[in-house]
Amino acid sequence: MASPSTRPPRRLAPYGFLAPATLLFALFFALPIGYAVYLSFRAVRVKGLGLGSHARQEVWAGLSNYSSALADSELLAGSGRVLLYGALLVPTMLGLALFFALLLDVPRVRFSAFSRLVIFLPYAVPGIVASLLWGFLYLPTVSPGYFLLTQAGMSGPDLLHGNGLYLAMANIAVWGGTGFNMIVIYTSLRALPAEVYEAARLDGCSELQIALRIKIPMVAPSLVLTFFFSMIATLQVFAEPMTLKPLTNSMTSTWSPLMKVYRDAFVNGNVFSAAATSVVIALATLVLSFGFLKLVNKRADGGS
Amino acid sequence: MSTTTLGTRRTAPAPGTTPGNPTAPPRRRAAWVPTLLLLLGALYCLVPIVWVVTAATKSRAELFTTFTYAPGTGFLDNLAELSGYRGGVYWQWMANSALYAGVGALLSAAVSGLTGYALAKYRFRGRDTVFNVLLAGVLMPPITLAVPQYLLMAKAGLADTHWSVLLPSILSPYGIYLARIYAEAAVPDEVVEAARVDGAKDLRLFRSVALPMMVPGLVTVFLFQFVAIWNNFLLPYIMLGDDHKFPVTVGLYSLLAQGANEPALYTLVITGALLSVVPLIALFLGLQRYWRVDLLSGAVKS
Repeated sequence: MASPSTRPPRRLAPYGFLAPATLLFALFFALPIGYAVYLSFRAVRVKGLGLGSHARQEVWAGLSNYSSALADSELLAGSGRVLLYGALLVPTMLGLALFFALLLDVPRVRFSAFSRLVIFLPYAVPGIVASLLWGFLYLPTVSPGYFLLTQAGMSGPDLLHGNGLYLAMANIAVWGGTGFNMIVIYTSLRALPAEVYEAARLDGCSELQIALRIKIPMVAPSLVLTFFFSMIATLQVFAEPMTLKPLTNSMTSTWSPLMKVYRDAFVNGNVFSAAATSVVIALATLVLSFGFLKLVNKRADGGS
Repeated sequence: MSTTTLGTRRTAPAPGTTPGNPTAPPRRRAAWVPTLLLLLGALYCLVPIVWVVTAATKSRAELFTTFTYAPGTGFLDNLAELSGYRGGVYWQWMANSALYAGVGALLSAAVSGLTGYALAKYRFRGRDTVFNVLLAGVLMPPITLAVPQYLLMAKAGLADTHWSVLLPSILSPYGIYLARIYAEAAVPDEVVEAARVDGAKDLRLFRSVALPMMVPGLVTVFLFQFVAIWNNFLLPYIMLGDDHKFPVTVGLYSLLAQGANEPALYTLVITGALLSVVPLIALFLGLQRYWRVDLLSGAVKS
């Protein structure tokens, strides 16, 4: 602990260190959020024929943007699509990530450095590029899967239309995200003391039992973390459906809520309604996040 | 300090759990089933990568007619055509991505380092509030930020400039979080105190004592932020109109969207996609020894 005499000059220093981050936060986070909230209560009223510079006037709109955003069936449908997509994606991706992390941790496994690196590799591929590559691979004329199926006299599933689209989308995200989550889980597996396993092995535990009874419970915090980030990333899906759009006509411009906000703001030119919708999405994300964290903390408290 | 990088391996403990088989020494026997499953996972991850490598070698006529993984004959033509497309705009996109990601990540690591250090090593009023408010930024959906950011940038006359993409990318709540954990673990309080007793001022203490200790953590922050900016699509897509300022993600997207009407562009899109992943993969392979994955799971031990 520092002596009281060194205290006064130290008081200001941390604030100085925080100044750049605070300034950036104010300019690029706080101000835009405030502006979005402000805009969400505004609207444009057109007077007369809508001609002349004073014909379009910005006025206070109360909650009307919100009521129309919440009543919008497209937003509801988009949220439903994203929830379904997330329900397919998150358990599959984290299940595979945990599975591969446990496999990497098995004693005497070969080529583990190679597998680890290759499974992690898709993390370095932008979502746009990943969707582009898979998008082509889903085309019947390109896909090796279709080639094999037609050779066998069968027809492949149509992944770019109807319900197949969910699988197609989820597969892209599973491909892109499994490796990253695997590394997070694997790293926390490595942080566990090896003596625990030694003791369990001496007691006659099989590797499977060690994995189920010791390893999985001990990496639970990492699973919570990866679940949390995957959930948030899922709610924010934008680049992937945008990339598949040119390849299939069953991807609409309002497939995900974020795409709808983009269309409202920049295609339809209604920034007020877009602002209200994005505030609704932000609130829903915050409620879901804090709800989730609270649930996890409650579990942790109840367990101890 | 225990460092777990992507490349390190703990030597597997090999007690006598494999009885029988007198021909092979039990501790040498490989676990083939897990190995095989891992290789299957690796194969799945390679499917699109190998595809883009072979597809980039196909000429327009070969793309949809030859077997998926059969190499083609048109790679050099594709490369030349991509480089010549609209006066080499593709290379402009790559240069823009390098600028946004390189400069953005460097500034981001600097700001994260400064902020993380202050949050970890000083006790002051409002510390937890600052940290929580910054962290809540992670939860903000990018669209909630990007639409008003665009409108404000437009008011400031900065929309459709390099600044409009670069400036909002600098602050990384996640980077600050990582830098804070790292500073807590890697910069001992005793060293800070000793330097202070020796008369080091705060800024000098940070620059010459704490910063060198934080370098591995900041390399990790730099890499994550570099990947995040390089892979970002939404922000530049909203901010930019002039395609000479596009990063490669938005450029490829515009090329693909155009290709829907002009399938002749597909070979360019594919070749461009291949080239766009080369820098990031090279960066990862080159730097994998230097970055600390254990930061991700919060498992830093000193």
